[in-house]
Amino acid sequence: MTLLACPACDLLHEVPDLAPGRRARCRRCDTVIVSGQRVSLDRTLAMAVAVTVLIFFALFFPFLSISELGLSNSATLIEIALVFMSGWTAPLTIAVALTIVGIPFLRAAILVYALGPIRFGYPIPDKAAQAFRLSQALRPWAMAEIFFLGSAVALVKIIDLAHVGFGAAFWAFCAATLIIAFERNTTDSAAIWSLIDDME
Amino acid sequence: MVPDRRYGVTAREAGLVACHRCELVSEKDLQRCPRCNARLRSRKPQSLQRVWAWWIAGFLAYIPANLYPMLTTRQLGRESADTIIGGVIVLIEYGSVGIALIIFVASVVVPMSKFLVIALLALSIMRPSRLSQKARIHLHEVIEFVGRWSMVDVFVVALLAALVQLGAAAEVNPGPAAICFALSVAFTMLSAQAFDPRLIWDTLPAKSKMEKQA
Ligand SMILES: [Zn+2]
Ligand SMILES: [Zn+2]
Repeated sequence: MTLLACPACDLLHEVPDLAPGRRARCRRCDTVIVSGQRVSLDRTLAMAVAVTVLIFFALFFPFLSISELGLSNSATLIEIALVFMSGWTAPLTIAVALTIVGIPFLRAAILVYALGPIRFGYPIPDKAAQAFRLSQALRPWAMAEIFFLGSAVALVKIIDLAHVGFGAAFWAFCAATLIIAFERNTTDSAAIWSLIDDME
Repeated sequence: MVPDRRYGVTAREAGLVACHRCELVSEKDLQRCPRCNARLRSRKPQSLQRVWAWWIAGFLAYIPANLYPMLTTRQLGRESADTIIGGVIVLIEYGSVGIALIIFVASVVVPMSKFLVIALLALSIMRPSRLSQKARIHLHEVIEFVGRWSMVDVFVVALLAALVQLGAAAEVNPGPAAICFALSVAFTMLSAQAFDPRLIWDTLPAKSKMEKQA
């Protein structure tokens, strides 16, 4: 039995230990209190490592390129953020860099930092819980998947006007986004908290 | 205020407080969560004031976001500047109805509904509401989930401006509306986050309130 409060209405519930896959909802407002997902330490860690490597790799290669009438141009993710650098859109450069690569990278890196030692039998870092709390707080600001939708829209807009080429960074970012989306739908933050709890 | 006891007691009524970050339930006297060290608060502090402050900031930023151009295009010597709506109209003229719809929903429908829904939720705490409590919880969930997708148009501008730099042949540059729009999205996300859904349940529906007064 665990004592839990509904995150949407604060109603207290005594939740019994549920079988994997079983959800528990709030009696009063129907909000999911226990999502029933189990965390596989190995899988979560492997995905987090893959995301950090893919995003880091993506920084140094062209994302997309276009050519038309003998002229051509390509852009890396950093160059995409830098388009706002001149004039009063300058702060957007930092915002775009953070939301598309900075925060998704940091969130994956925090998972590696917090769960890596557990997996290999080392003591958990002192700041693991605080780092994971930061990762949860930053969750709405990680916008890799929204940038991905943006890429699709931009592609449709220019594909008739010019020849478009996909760079190595495009595929790396594509893979990272898919892994992040998969992780969001299969990993339960409550289960990660209990992993951290068990180690402390 | 009458506590609603039909379903049991809340953490606050039991002298407990649930951490807003990691959901661990602790005694209410604790300052910080023993698990994640977040400040423990039973309800988000000054929730409604912060909701309205971010709401107003977001609304003020949304006005220039629609008046100034999102991007300027120079193609073979001709220069044109497109606002959000202007860009949607151009897309429809070129026959890209699907893309026009994505941009219209993300940049107009979602932000507008967000302003409406957040205002409605905040007002429903200040005075009796005809919407059921469950319906309001769902509205808040939906708005928190979709709000961030509005950013898509800013990313489209970034990609186009970074790619289409073909000198005299074609050149796309971001306009001032891009930052106004991004700020508006960020401010309304903060407004929705500042709203504490627990407030919806802290008072009973209007009927029971009258019973108490009688
Ligand atoms: Zn509830
Ligand atoms: Zn906590």
